[in-house]
Amino acid sequence: MNLFLDAFAWIFDPVNWSGAGSIPQRLWEHIWISAVVLLIASAIALPAGAVIGHTGRGRESAVRVSGGLRALPTLGVLTLFGLWIGIGLAAPIIALVILAIPPLLAGAYAGFESVDRRTIDAARAMGMRESQIVGRVELPLGLPIIVGGIRSATLQIIATATLAAYIADDGLGRFIFAGLKTRDYAEMLGGSILVIVLALVVDGCFAITQRLVVPAGVRATRARELGSRPSRPRVAVGQPITEGNRE
Amino acid sequence: MIEFRDVTKRYPDGTVAVAGVDIVIEPHSTTVLVGSSGSGKTTLLRMINRMVDPTHGQVLIDGEDVATVDPVQLRRGIGYVMQNSGLLPHRKVIDNVATVPLLRGEKRRAAYDRALELLDTVGLDRSLADKYPSQLSGGQQQRVGVARGLAVDPNILLMDEPFGAVDPIVRSELQQELLRLQGELGKTVVFVTHDIDEAFLLGDQVVIMQQGGKISQAASPAEILANPADAFVADFVGAERGKRALHVTELDGRRLVVDGDGRPAGVLAS
Ligand SMILES: Nc1ncnc2c1ncn2[C@@H]1O[C@H](COP(=O)(O)OP(=O)(O)O)[C@@H](O)[C@H]1O
Ligand SMILES: [Mg+2]
Repeated sequence: MNLFLDAFAWIFDPVNWSGAGSIPQRLWEHIWISAVVLLIASAIALPAGAVIGHTGRGRESAVRVSGGLRALPTLGVLTLFGLWIGIGLAAPIIALVILAIPPLLAGAYAGFESVDRRTIDAARAMGMRESQIVGRVELPLGLPIIVGGIRSATLQIIATATLAAYIADDGLGRFIFAGLKTRDYAEMLGGSILVIVLALVVDGCFAITQRLVVPAGVRATRARELGSRPSRPRVAVGQPITEGNRE
Repeated sequence: MIEFRDVTKRYPDGTVAVAGVDIVIEPHSTTVLVGSSGSGKTTLLRMINRMVDPTHGQVLIDGEDVATVDPVQLRRGIGYVMQNSGLLPHRKVIDNVATVPLLRGEKRRAAYDRALELLDTVGLDRSLADKYPSQLSGGQQQRVGVARGLAVDPNILLMDEPFGAVDPIVRSELQQELLRLQGELGKTVVFVTHDIDEAFLLGDQVVIMQQGGKISQAASPAEILANPADAFVADFVGAERGKRALHVTELDGRRLVVDGDGRPAGVLAS
């Protein structure tokens, strides 16, 4: 218990709130690294997931690639890239991007796939172009699931971004590594608590966002049917709905 | 006029859904494709708006092969109504109806005004315009589906079992409504159903399909009843039994019409 009191005392000690290597500076670095990683990983995984979910093709390879990436130990990847490209932010960013891709990809293709095939078929039969189907039908309807993927990826990034300090002088991980070295357990635990609080706050924001992006018409259904309708209806048998002309 | 010329559709898995079909669909009339499940009705219908491309033969609209037309432009000019209304669940009724006009670049105001008029046309209260599809009954959703199909004032309206999922009372209401609408609008309607009564009620021309995607007979209801092309058709329309095998008997000097099961169907008017 004493250790926790010490940790909080360390967190609230005004000395740690200004100057080089202060809590605000490390917090900002942590957020900044996480945001950059999320952006890069999203730029790769979300379009890929959209294509897979929309066409229904390449799902197996996506699952295989995701599984492979998940199996990679982040610390190992970090060390490898650290040795290869040297000290600095590049290696942790690459390692974190690899970490973030599987949940982003899974959320994206599951989101696009979750949209009722009959709705998509009707949109196509009305004369929507494929890009319009993706943007105006699949994206809004799949968004809650897609945001769910971004949410879990972000949590993993924030938690694991502590490792950036292993190889670069950045992020809240600095406190953990520094505390470990100097046996300053208050600093170490204080650093960990800051990471946890950051993760919880960001996760809370995503939880709210995830509710807000449920389209109004779909929310109305859920309220009435109390979630009794399966959220991922499969292709109906006997309807030639897989036969679309994809321009 | 829509014309099928020796049209065959074989799906990639080898299923032959439509085999060597020739039909002419007259303009400003209703043609009903009827047959049991899997007889290729939907496939045939969807070759008109290129949702399915034939593997052999041609589909022509007013003499033009649809294969030469951009599918997106083609579909924007043809109304399509399906069994589960196919409405976009995240858009309000009014936005659903106005979707295609807006896709075609019409002004928002004009598209919405027209959408409201269309709600009147299909017998829906304008107060439903701001509701979401999930807040409507099945019958109301189908009406919205019809309104959407009519939104660009298309010459051709394709309807795939549009009343198949609503209860019998609502279905008969919707059928009467469609007859009324068609009387006013005179579209070229191609209607798919597995219900021969519905086919005879709505169709100027009835096309009877059998398994394997072949046409058994294409003719007016009266002609089909008078001269069924073969035993399959006779059996399918039930010409020799039940409520279609009518005969006349006399009772107390009145001439009664009695069906195949002996139940009185009515009095022969003189
Ligand atoms: N996309 C498809 N791929 C393979 N077979 C299909 C496809 N769509 C329909 N079929 C098959 O083609 C036949 C005709 O189907 P369909 O046109 O839907 O008939 P109907 O509308 O009369 O029930 C059926 O045997 C069906 O299983
Ligand atoms: Mg069908």
